[in-house]
Amino acid sequence: MTLLGYRLPALSSLIIWALLWEVVGRLGLTFFIPPFSEVVATLVGLIPTRAFLNALWVTAYAFLAGVFFAIVIGIPIGILMGKNRIIDELLLPWVNIFLSAPLTALVPVLMVLFGFGTKTVIITTTLFAIWIIILNARAGVRQINRSLVEMARSFGASPLDAFVKIYFWAALPEILGGVRIGVIRAVKGVIIGQLLISIVGFGALFELYSSQFLMAEFWAVLIVLFGLAFALSEFLAYLERKVSYYAASR
Amino acid sequence: MQPIKPETRQAVTDSAVSVRNVSKVYGDVQALKDLTLEFPRGELTSLLGPSGCGKTTLLKIIAGLLPATSGEIEVNGQKVTGPGPDRSFVFQDFALLPWASVLRNVAFGLELRGVAKSEREAIAEKYIREVGLAGFEKKFPHQLSGGMRQRVGLARALSVNAQVLLLDEPFSAVDEQTRRKFQEDLLQLVKNEKKTFIFVTHSIEEAVYVSDQIAILLPRPSRVSEIIRPSSFRDKSVDNIRRDPEYLDIVDRIWASLRSYVE
Ligand SMILES: Nc1ncnc2c1ncn2[C@@H]1O[C@H](COP(=O)(O)OP(=O)(O)OP(=O)(O)O)[C@@H](O)[C@H]1O
Ligand SMILES: [Mg+2]
Repeated sequence: MTLLGYRLPALSSLIIWALLWEVVGRLGLTFFIPPFSEVVATLVGLIPTRAFLNALWVTAYAFLAGVFFAIVIGIPIGILMGKNRIIDELLLPWVNIFLSAPLTALVPVLMVLFGFGTKTVIITTTLFAIWIIILNARAGVRQINRSLVEMARSFGASPLDAFVKIYFWAALPEILGGVRIGVIRAVKGVIIGQLLISIVGFGALFELYSSQFLMAEFWAVLIVLFGLAFALSEFLAYLERKVSYYAASR
Repeated sequence: MQPIKPETRQAVTDSAVSVRNVSKVYGDVQALKDLTLEFPRGELTSLLGPSGCGKTTLLKIIAGLLPATSGEIEVNGQKVTGPGPDRSFVFQDFALLPWASVLRNVAFGLELRGVAKSEREAIAEKYIREVGLAGFEKKFPHQLSGGMRQRVGLARALSVNAQVLLLDEPFSAVDEQTRRKFQEDLLQLVKNEKKTFIFVTHSIEEAVYVSDQIAILLPRPSRVSEIIRPSSFRDKSVDNIRRDPEYLDIVDRIWASLRSYVE
């Protein structure tokens, strides 16, 4: 974006939106939108509080655990599906169903099965993230150059060698793309899980703030979450760019 | 280049690879039918024939990458049941790991065979020099030209020190000048390495230029129609081969027997 001939930094359009928010907040049209400056001040005050740090920790823990399981289960399953037709035909319909299913509806069932705690949140997070990771790993393996596999076989590669040294790396650009989308979905998963359980992490905070009409706090926490999700996604996009040097020439 | 001593070529009597009555059927396509062929040790044998006659199929069966429908292959008297350390393959499309440096690519065969890192890299460096890629060890395949990539594939096949090298149209993706240079290098390599080369090509001139023995395959179901062993010009310097009367005769003869299959 350029203004009066000057190039503005990439995120400068956000400043305009922040100003607009400030104006709308100052007009006092609705309690729902406090001025942006108030939200920022609340944010700064909120971050060092015990309640916030605790929520952040609980959420980060559930999120990381959920993503971890989605990755370590999803990638091998996706690779296996890409390599083996029988496994593929068995699992593909389920993966596709779960990918597009409204998983939120499953959370109450998970609560009954796994209790009203972190375990359920982790499982929800994994369920949100895993399907796209599987599908992308599968797609990555399916586009692999057959002669790379034959090359490895001709030099005596064991199936494990082929898996670790050929399939994984050949599919890595797609895998990372899947992980990036999976992680974004996991953010949804962890928050939805916490909201529905509403006694853990940010879910509890949101519940508290919205029930007591503490809108500045509500928005402050929301901004933190948006910021974290965005930073995470950008970091993974950066990793993806690091393997793009060979993605085009496989 | 020095002339090859006649004794070293004529002393060859045994076969490194024997193909006996091999047939290969893909679904309802019979690619090879009852094919029998001997590959003398230490020599370069070309498989020459029209497109689709089963050259790649035969090479992959010898490599152990494809099972034969019937018949058997022996390498050094041992029956082939799968890939083995006595054979290495040079792929038409190079088959390099795009995420690995030249050094790791060349060492990859040794890596799969469990050779320690420092040892395999020392061996790889030697062969990188041998194929004329010194200084490119840290480069990646996408930074190399087609000819250089094929040299990487060749260095990888050489570094595992297999007795038999299987080359599937290795020069088809490089330009004509590079190709001629490669052909000269290949002659040198056959002389120096004392290995058995099995070389698939589409080009009659190339086959006659580099081969000790040329097996002409005819289209499906494919069998060997003729075996030609050039005798006189192999001892001449590389610059004179293409002017040698026997060279020209053989090229003509092969063209005469293949031309009916082109169209
Ligand atoms: N996996 C396969 N399934 C079915 N048919 C195959 C398969 N591979 C090869 N064929 C058939 O077998 C025949 C021989 O194929 P092959 O690739 O060995 O020929 P080629 O002599 O190497 O040909 P080219 O010179 O074009 O490389 C062809 O008709 C081909 O269509
Ligand atoms: Mg072929």
